[in-house]
Amino acid sequence: MSGPSDYQPSNPALQWIERRLPIIGLVHSSFVVYPTPRNLNYWWTFGAILSFMLGMQILTGVILAMHYTPHADLAFKSVELLVRDVNYGWLLRNMHACGASMFFFAVYIHMLRGLYYGSYKEPREVLWILGVIIYLLMMATGFMGYVLPWGQMSFWGATVITNLFSAIPYVGESIVTLLWGGYSVGNPTLNRFFSLHYLLPFLIAGVVVLHVWALHVAGQNNPDGVEPKTEKDTVPFTPHATIKDGFGVACFLLLYAWFIFYMPNYLGDADNYIPANPGVTPPHIVPEWYYLPFYAILRSIPNKLAGVIGMFSAIIVLVFLPWLDSAKTRSSKYRPLAKQFFWIFVVVCILLGYLGAQPPEGIYVIAGRVLTVCYFAYFLIVLPLLARIETPRPVPNSISEAILAKSGKAVASIAVALVAAGALFVGSLGDARAESDQKPPSNKWSFAGPFGKYDRGALQRGLKVYKEVCSNCHSLNYIAFRNLADPGGPGYSVAQAAAFAADYKVKDGPNEQGDMFERPGRTADYFPSPFANEQAAAAANGGKAPPDLSLITKARSYERGFPQFIFDFFTQFQEQGPNYVDALLQGFEENPPAGVTVPEGTYYNKYYPGHAIKMPKPLSDGQVTYDDGSPATVAQYAHDVTTFLMWTAEPHMEARKRLGLQVFVFLIIFAFLMYFTKKKVWADSH
Amino acid sequence: MNPDASTIAAGAPIEVDLSPVAEGQDIKVFWRGKPIYISHRTKKQIDEARAVPVASLPDPQADEARVKSGHDQWLVVIGICTHLGCIPIAHEGNYDGFFCPCHGSQYDSSGRIRQGPAPANLAVPPYTFVSDTKIQIG
Repeated sequence: MSGPSDYQPSNPALQWIERRLPIIGLVHSSFVVYPTPRNLNYWWTFGAILSFMLGMQILTGVILAMHYTPHADLAFKSVELLVRDVNYGWLLRNMHACGASMFFFAVYIHMLRGLYYGSYKEPREVLWILGVIIYLLMMATGFMGYVLPWGQMSFWGATVITNLFSAIPYVGESIVTLLWGGYSVGNPTLNRFFSLHYLLPFLIAGVVVLHVWALHVAGQNNPDGVEPKTEKDTVPFTPHATIKDGFGVACFLLLYAWFIFYMPNYLGDADNYIPANPGVTPPHIVPEWYYLPFYAILRSIPNKLAGVIGMFSAIIVLVFLPWLDSAKTRSSKYRPLAKQFFWIFVVVCILLGYLGAQPPEGIYVIAGRVLTVCYFAYFLIVLPLLARIETPRPVPNSISEAILAKSGKAVASIAVALVAAGALFVGSLGDARAESDQKPPSNKWSFAGPFGKYDRGALQRGLKVYKEVCSNCHSLNYIAFRNLADPGGPGYSVAQAAAFAADYKVKDGPNEQGDMFERPGRTADYFPSPFANEQAAAAANGGKAPPDLSLITKARSYERGFPQFIFDFFTQFQEQGPNYVDALLQGFEENPPAGVTVPEGTYYNKYYPGHAIKMPKPLSDGQVTYDDGSPATVAQYAHDVTTFLMWTAEPHMEARKRLGLQVFVFLIIFAFLMYFTKKKVWADSH
Repeated sequence: MNPDASTIAAGAPIEVDLSPVAEGQDIKVFWRGKPIYISHRTKKQIDEARAVPVASLPDPQADEARVKSGHDQWLVVIGICTHLGCIPIAHEGNYDGFFCPCHGSQYDSSGRIRQGPAPANLAVPPYTFVSDTKIQIG
């Protein structure tokens, strides 16, 4: 891509091709001999990481699409079944869902690197603008992908985001109707989002080609922001950059694998494990974390149209960055003021992200407004002003000179940023609202942690509790009798599962006479539902259908709060669901505390949001007889049935954690090998 | 990419029987995939809605213009918040009307926006009284 190549392959067959299509020469000149600045640091490996992630998303996405059904009635179920029944379906889904987050994480670092080192300045304006276009396409793709599982957050996220367009005067309503294909978000919406979600990644790939082309015309920027002048300033792309990028990707994979194998739901929302329901709005609609700063900007502006304009301008302003920042010095390394403002800007973005996830009330709204002003001020006031008033430090004459004079770290600015973040953190602790609701206690679970396994005894006892108590009202739609004999499950044999199934009467048909009939269950059958349909379930239970329990331990959660949720990432804590279910089953109190009354037909429960639950106290001591001598107490029942329901929600958890360990051992060894190879390759170049 | 024929056909008018809805109660029906709240308002709710000076409202509209005359106790509104499309909860908020849990918009007992980020009142769908206890929406 950097001009005609004089590369000549030695193989006659390749020579024949090369004369007709010089593709090998193109690859050779772009990715082998291409001169890359000698002083690039590891922030420059994110280009390769992003290419890798795009390939990964397309690959996993194409396979997922083979198993997914884009229909409003079937989408949620098809995602659950592909996780449960498709070979390594859980792995594909986790790779794709966490991959989206990792993709955005990498793109944010890539963008901030460009911002810090002035990579958008002349002659790289087009390169930068192509990057902004890729980012916009990524946001659209990510949003539509999040809609596809058709859970509550998918549906309501789609409703909120498509409604943004209704703010446009005159044509807004027509645009929204075009997006919906109906009078509200529904099946036609899901179909077109699926189609576009499949299309857009290939558009991204196309723009990435232009992005790389533009990069190879202008050449890479570098941490010192001076153009390479002589041969001594550069090294050939292969092996130097290739191996360095390889090491960068290996390290990034470690983080990615941490999510895939150990924290697959950490970045997701529990509400998305509840199937979409157009009649119930979740109390708190939150977009995916990578949109949160923009969502905070949208919400902090009280006027609807202005809010939408503000949100889109926050991204569009990046297009004008090359002209807003007219400073001649590229790298912030030599711009003492720009460097400090850059780190303040990073903190502003992180805090906006935090606010985007908080309810829009009180101090959060005011803080959101202040930070929105700060966000735009950085681009519209600070950068143009700095270009005029700042005195940059002298820039080295060449890259080689910069490498020789390597010293003077950015310790001071990092310290400033840390102090600022710390101060804001302390401030935010003061703002935190008083929690009136009691949080469920954290229990000890056998399945917690990186080596967690299900307690077989608890699974079998839990199944008994479900069968004798819960199953009178609650269905278990995604579990088949055959699953009872699956590895990593309750540990029954196939014969035992068949005998268990045969106890059930299953409706089948129609037979040759056209009648429905009942027959004994087979292992391929699913647990039958106690009610014929949701309306019957609601009618028999005081107007509210008892929820399906297959996913209940993943569909319920509670706020861990800041900073606890950061520690949870490292300790792999993700047992909010089981803690809640266990606490709820034991949280019934016959006499509500003084001053609290619950409406007729509901029962007081300490841990239920709002405390008035329709379900009467389901368990009492001695209700279920255990064969293995475990205590027949409510606490034991709750613990066992919760363990069982964790298994129904994550039937492949043991396989996931086992494979995770193997992948980690491999990746750590691989990363070390890459590191030492890199050191060897670069030995002469530093 | 506009709605196809079957979607349009499914959006035909519907009839709703109001006789089971007692005073102070409301029901939610779906029309064109949208929830429609039909409230049987109490005397107090009607008086509250009419006591407010219309000019002081963010989206000025008299209560009389939002209901059918002679059927003043019936409020029929599309239960979609005019901010970003969430479903407000009936009988909540400070104005005896609707409260949107998403971004905190509050509507009064006439479905008019009183507080919060929503720009407009809850929309009134096209409907007519077929008889005293039956309406046709659409």
